[in-house]
Amino acid sequence: MAPIIKVQGLGKQYRLGSDASAYSTLREALVNRIRSPINALRREQAADKKIWALHDVNFEVNAGEVVGIIGRNGAGKSTLLKILSRVTEPTTGRVELHGRVGSLLEVGTGFHPELSGRENIYLNGAVLGMQRAEITRKFDDIVAFAEVEQFIDTPVKRYSSGMYVRLAFAVAAYLEPEILLVDEVLAVGDASFQRKCLDRMKDVGQRGRTVLFVSHNMPAVTRLCERTILLDEGTVLQDDLSHKVVGSYLKSGLGTMAAREWSDPAKAPGNEIARLRAIRVRNGEGQVTDAIDIRRDFGVEIEFEVLKPGHVLVPNFHFSNEEGVIVFVSSDQDPKWIRTPRPVGQFTSTAWIPGNFLAEGTIVVSAAVSTMDPVTIHFFERDAVAFQVIDSMDGDSARGDYAGPIPGVVRPVLRWTDIEASR
Amino acid sequence: MTSETFSTTVPAETNQNDPGGNEPVPSPDVPVVIIEASKSWVSLGVKDLWAYRELLYFLTWRDVKVRYKQTLLGATWAILQPLMTMLIFTLLFGRLAGISSEGIPYPIFAYGGLLIWTFFSNSVTNSGNSLVGSAHLITKIYFPRMIVPAGAVAAGVVDLVLAFSIQIALMIYYGVRPTWALLMVVPLVLLTTLLALGVGMWLSALNVKYRDVRYAIPFLMQLWMFASPIIYPVSLLPEKWRWVLVLNPLTGIITNFRIALFANQSFNWKSLGISAAITAFVLVYSSYSFRRMERHFADIV
Repeated sequence: MAPIIKVQGLGKQYRLGSDASAYSTLREALVNRIRSPINALRREQAADKKIWALHDVNFEVNAGEVVGIIGRNGAGKSTLLKILSRVTEPTTGRVELHGRVGSLLEVGTGFHPELSGRENIYLNGAVLGMQRAEITRKFDDIVAFAEVEQFIDTPVKRYSSGMYVRLAFAVAAYLEPEILLVDEVLAVGDASFQRKCLDRMKDVGQRGRTVLFVSHNMPAVTRLCERTILLDEGTVLQDDLSHKVVGSYLKSGLGTMAAREWSDPAKAPGNEIARLRAIRVRNGEGQVTDAIDIRRDFGVEIEFEVLKPGHVLVPNFHFSNEEGVIVFVSSDQDPKWIRTPRPVGQFTSTAWIPGNFLAEGTIVVSAAVSTMDPVTIHFFERDAVAFQVIDSMDGDSARGDYAGPIPGVVRPVLRWTDIEASR
Repeated sequence: MTSETFSTTVPAETNQNDPGGNEPVPSPDVPVVIIEASKSWVSLGVKDLWAYRELLYFLTWRDVKVRYKQTLLGATWAILQPLMTMLIFTLLFGRLAGISSEGIPYPIFAYGGLLIWTFFSNSVTNSGNSLVGSAHLITKIYFPRMIVPAGAVAAGVVDLVLAFSIQIALMIYYGVRPTWALLMVVPLVLLTTLLALGVGMWLSALNVKYRDVRYAIPFLMQLWMFASPIIYPVSLLPEKWRWVLVLNPLTGIITNFRIALFANQSFNWKSLGISAAITAFVLVYSSYSFRRMERHFADIV
């Protein structure tokens, strides 16, 4: 069978630093023109700060395949989808697509809060590339799928967030392109609606449509996709049956791992001021572990080396869940070092996370050491370590005696008070 | 940064590489899309624009629909804006300064100019800011980007039509009877639309990269207004300086727009020709430079 998607030597380069990060002002451009001799030198330097978000990516997808794309944050998954959906351009290489491409890069794109549900279905449908006649034909199905019949003539700004997301997904779900690109849309909505979306995607796949599914949700990837492509640092690391790829991803240290050490300083993240040495997750007893009891305190420690004295250095962590939602960010507020420059040497900082705080599931930690004034990031190691929070079934955690799934990114034990009205 | 083309080619073209026909040929209505880094030359992508024509309709419709939502006066604003300006101008320039209006009552003289001007200035302003305002769309999905500024200009036409009804009412009040020359209003409005599209599209693309444009547009519009014969007729200027004014493409449009309304003289084809030529140049230049800048929109917006 002829491949429906053919990707050959695809690469995408981004410029880093002030040059590309912010939009420039006309004045800067004019001033730079005038100072062109100095500027020419500067531009040389800026040219060095380029990174390949994707580099030499090759793969083919046959019609009707449902292919998962996984990798850590920053591995190039979203860039790949953006190129395939023609939102951004590749720097090198070529893609051949045999069919209409529909993308669910984010649900609700093009929704206008002032317009009614009905009007937004038409507008969003047109934005996604549907013809008016096609939208009219599918209109009732879309409304039924979204379960918003009663509110179809209400402005969507009055919708609950759940209704909004359901309507947005429904429009996209009824877009029937030959190739469907899906990026993390399932991180929204309640559990039953997520199930419905997954079923719909499975349905789409079985009817001969091709789906590329980018997700951090490993169970969903293995369930929906027969084949999975693992991206790392912009290249294809593995392209095989889903259970094999997901398995090796989780084992490789790209996935879950409670401790990572950088024994070779040359390869460790960092700059001339600070360098990362190790990150570990420890339980209350001090053992390194990736299984954390939801009820107990535990610590995440970062070991780093200071190479140059005279800088105030603040270690900090980003905690994200498996949907990629950042649950919280924490930085070292130890009064001893908060305003004091650190001498050359080796430091270990530990963040203590209380029990009965995080929800159960996988938590991924990204670690950085920064200076706050002026803001400088000496290194930022994405998805450095990960661990599982395991809820207790003993009845003494926030879930009590309930055994089913519980939504939410945190799961605190709260004090409740009850007053019985006097009879 | 290297560029790229998004070309939609017909299947027949790509299948030439596969003369054996062992592989199933995609049905002819399935488009083949090639995405690759491109040459510096850009095409206008007219075929793509045509394929997305309904989106233009929906974006225009959205802009019109949303513009006066949750306003007390609603679409009355489309009329109030030129009407109030006309009243002020009549008082200041017609009465106090006593600017000549070539024998036409000053209120309808000024209103005629203001109709074109308000439409032009609103369209350029809205379309100039349109791409930045649609960042959420541009970074998420593909469609021909030109549709965004074009939709903003098209939405302005609706306001113009509303405001035009007042012009007719005013003319009846002042006893000016329309003639067949009034039909010229249609091509003149079309020309204004194209000019607004050309200027607005170019500014919108520039705005993505240089946010200064947002602040420059009101200023530019103010200067442009005084450089156009809205308050005053072209005849107010000494003969030897009139050519300068004619270089402003709005001069030919506004002058002839008034002639179409009042039929007080014959059309000035020369100034209209210059306006049309400049508009054509602006439109072509702006489309190509838009297409060239378009590739980086998603990365920098």
